[in-house]
Amino acid sequence: MSLIVNNITKSFSDFAALNQVSFETHSGEFLALLGPSGSGKTTLLRLLAGLDQPDSGTVTFEGEDYLALNARERRIGMVFQSYALFRHMTVEQNIAFGLNVRPAKERPSKAEIKAKVQSLLKLIQLEDLGKRFPSQLSGGQRQRVALARALAISPRILLLDEPFGALDALVRKDLRRWLRRIHDETGVTTIFVTHDQEEALDLADRVVVLKDGQIEQIGKPLELYRKPASSFVFDFLGTNNQVTATVSGAEAAFDGFTVPAIITGDLTGEQLVRFRPFDAHVSKDGPGFKGKVLSILPAGANLRLEVQAEDGTVFETQHAHDSDASDLALNDTVYVKPIKVYVFGT
Amino acid sequence: MTTDTNLSAGDARLETNGRSPHQIKPEGFKPPKATHRTQHVLPGFHASLGITLTYLSLIVLLPLVALVLRPWEAGLDGFIRTVTDVRVVKALQLSFTTAFWAAAVNLIAGLVVAWVLTRYEFPGKKIIDAIVDLPFALPTAVAGVSLSSLYAPNGWVGSLFDPFGIKIAYTPIGIFIALVFIGLPFVVRSVQPVLAEFDAEVEEAALTLGATPMQTAIKVILPSLAPALITGFSLAFARAVGEYGSVIFIAGNMPYISEISPLLIVIKLEEFDYAGAASVAIAMLALSFTILLVTNFVQVLLSRRGRA
Repeated sequence: MSLIVNNITKSFSDFAALNQVSFETHSGEFLALLGPSGSGKTTLLRLLAGLDQPDSGTVTFEGEDYLALNARERRIGMVFQSYALFRHMTVEQNIAFGLNVRPAKERPSKAEIKAKVQSLLKLIQLEDLGKRFPSQLSGGQRQRVALARALAISPRILLLDEPFGALDALVRKDLRRWLRRIHDETGVTTIFVTHDQEEALDLADRVVVLKDGQIEQIGKPLELYRKPASSFVFDFLGTNNQVTATVSGAEAAFDGFTVPAIITGDLTGEQLVRFRPFDAHVSKDGPGFKGKVLSILPAGANLRLEVQAEDGTVFETQHAHDSDASDLALNDTVYVKPIKVYVFGT
Repeated sequence: MTTDTNLSAGDARLETNGRSPHQIKPEGFKPPKATHRTQHVLPGFHASLGITLTYLSLIVLLPLVALVLRPWEAGLDGFIRTVTDVRVVKALQLSFTTAFWAAAVNLIAGLVVAWVLTRYEFPGKKIIDAIVDLPFALPTAVAGVSLSSLYAPNGWVGSLFDPFGIKIAYTPIGIFIALVFIGLPFVVRSVQPVLAEFDAEVEEAALTLGATPMQTAIKVILPSLAPALITGFSLAFARAVGEYGSVIFIAGNMPYISEISPLLIVIKLEEFDYAGAASVAIAMLALSFTILLVTNFVQVLLSRRGRA
């Protein structure tokens, strides 16, 4: 256990930003703090960095009381969404900053700093751009410089606040892979904040889902997907469809058919149930919810359908491009049948 | 149609997986700049540009041309004789050196005032903010009278220094004080908005990287303020060089010692030596223009470093 966060509470003048938050990270882990805006994830990150102080609770890192240290002493590498690069310094000067400001007796020699900067430039694949100013770089390059600058001080923990938030989708996806590779190479414990569930599930070893300043669930990406602890986690992790069913045992009964149900808690009777777009079958004859094909979106790896049921509900479903669903046309009458449904208490 | 584009977009994404990230976005790509042919949202570009040029010509250029043409009435000899006259040289020296030092003091004091006004919240902040503008608003003659009565040997401040034999009013020190007074708002008002817009995350980044608050201020914040500081300095300097009203009351106006160049111009005009007055004016203009050119050049260098 490297970082232990225990019962952290923080409120601003008008609202509680964090309420009794506790979690632990393993050494070398890649942890994501996932939540919608206002869930307190950035506040939490800033507390860890020492840029804010909690009202109560403790933070220890390898047994050391972190709250007693200020931001300078914690040796945390922080990467901000806005990059926060020093615009009057070159890329090299930016990266060397954390080493150059050390007191004389702790500061590495000029040659050592230079070597460190060069190795970091190599790591971020910007060897040729060391003499440039941040304004001469693209957004993705700036973010990589910000990361190198944070890594230069050999941080004990790396904190990233929505690192890819300001980048376009293609660059973001590539940087994600690259960040994971850097993490695996350096082995530094990394915590990053994101509101993008895909990013969190794609990158992190474990994900902490936050809602209104409280932890909803902590788990590996697959656990979150397979066993969401609450309807909030289920909804937040992706598109879903909602219908009412009669639940009993491990089954949900609809009009004319039943499907297996994954039930959180002890629930029976009339319940709102949820299913994922890819957990659904579409057929020309029943059983299922009867509806009309509203739209066909062949985007990306899957074929996406929107089916409007007779009562007006719109179901979204996903299918392989070579499945039967690809033969469907707009306004065809189809039956949507969930493969499995999730049930949560309110 | 949609089908095709969507599919190809998907394929493109797959293909890029093997490549390094910086190959995806074309390097050095810049969107085309707006040209004169670009459709303007606001109409009337030609009309307003015409008005601007006419106005500037009438108000700014015409008097300057008249000024430049004036001294040659007495011939080149007359011009050289005037500007090399010891009294004129002394006056120019006095004007430019006191203006420089006053602007330099304001550079530091103004930075501190701007810092306090943007970084901290305290009761009475609005009032202090308003007081900064006072030298702007006060008629310069009023400022001159009040300063000279304050620093005169029998004034509140002057009487404190008088026993030690230090005279403030009616000496170059008095001129310096008057110039500090009128120059302060220029530095404060140039620096304040830049300081207010400074990204807090940049400071926090410096902090997490281990910089002390002092290192952050000197290595991170100050360099970003440099262009604004230079603007404030050159404005305060230009104003101080030309200042007349507040200075003549406190200066004592002794030739060779505390006589400023603008006053010398007035004296020459009163003697109906129009060519001589214009000669001194041209000398001032040339010096001011050179200094402005240098500061602008430095500023361009500094801002190119940050923005490009």
